[in-house]
Amino acid sequence: MCDVCGCGDKAVPVEVRDRILAGNERQARHNRQHFHGAGVLALNVMGSPGAGKTALLEATARRLAGTRRLGALAGDLATENDATRLRAAGVPALSITTGSACHLDAEMVHHALHHFDWTDLDYLFIENVGNLVCPAVYDLGQAANVVLLAVHEGEDKPLKYPVMFHKADLVVLTKVDLVPFVGADLALIEENLARVMPDPRVLRVSARSGEGLDAWIEWIEMRRPAGPRLSVTRHHHEHRHHAPPGAGEHDHEHGFVHPRGHH
Amino acid sequence: MHEYSIVEALCARVAAEAAAHGARAVTSVRVRLGALSGVEPGLLRTAYEMFREGTACAGASLHLDVVPARWTCPRCGGAPEAGARLVCRACGAPVRLAAGDEIVLERIELEVGDV
Repeated sequence: MCDVCGCGDKAVPVEVRDRILAGNERQARHNRQHFHGAGVLALNVMGSPGAGKTALLEATARRLAGTRRLGALAGDLATENDATRLRAAGVPALSITTGSACHLDAEMVHHALHHFDWTDLDYLFIENVGNLVCPAVYDLGQAANVVLLAVHEGEDKPLKYPVMFHKADLVVLTKVDLVPFVGADLALIEENLARVMPDPRVLRVSARSGEGLDAWIEWIEMRRPAGPRLSVTRHHHEHRHHAPPGAGEHDHEHGFVHPRGHH
Repeated sequence: MHEYSIVEALCARVAAEAAAHGARAVTSVRVRLGALSGVEPGLLRTAYEMFREGTACAGASLHLDVVPARWTCPRCGGAPEAGARLVCRACGAPVRLAAGDEIVLERIELEVGDV
């Protein structure tokens, strides 16, 4: 009842108890089903600006040239630079220009997948926007999160950004060739990681010298989906979005490949 | 600052709920935030104040319940030492986050006209 005059308005409490990012999570599940169905290992690569995300992918491309098919989606606020570098390294890459957004979300990735030839890849690297905060909150549908931390960023970074490191399936300490010059204490970084990650997996890598790249390649190779690829032959199916926008649960079977150029 | 995109999703969710109940206004919104959710309560509040105008949340006060991170051992149910490595104090196994990463719309209060 209205307190003032007793007219018919009444206050009604409604228990919702729903995750606010449920829409993103639905979209991420949808992406994940597509990656899984196509036998593509999607990795969400995160880290500060300048942590060496693009350099690691360039080095990965050199190592796997001729044996694996790599592709990349590069999240970038304003430029095409990372995608251009990756293409120069032989990695087909599409830039996702986020404008003012500080992170990629599952919808941006899904949209990009419709404009990028990804279904025959072995690896799809999703290079997130350089940022140790926001990208941690958004599931993209990746198989694993890889967080890069350059040795000169400071030993306490894991303690300052616990959410990002807690979400990491693997932490790559990059630019280890710089340790003698910047005096970084790698053991201390690893100790701090153990305070924010229950079971930290850490690799020490230099994309420049090649140190640690074998272990990195082994880590990603171990994660490749086993079994035959479902997408070897191109299936044609109509991708109908009958579900309401944002519902994410589509009425087509997954494990099929999106027709190219579909919007 | 991703808090804007959180608020955008929040207001959309509230609007859908208000429409489903035929509400004429939303008077309050209660959100539960985990300490390890990656969402900063102060920034969320700021983003809410700036974004809510013209949305279903325009007249709704925002209440935030921040819940601390809680770690438990999957093996023996123990807990880690505060501020130390995230392993069980009792058995040494890596612990798991039991609570503290949630970003949840708990409840809203609606003004509904009598029929």
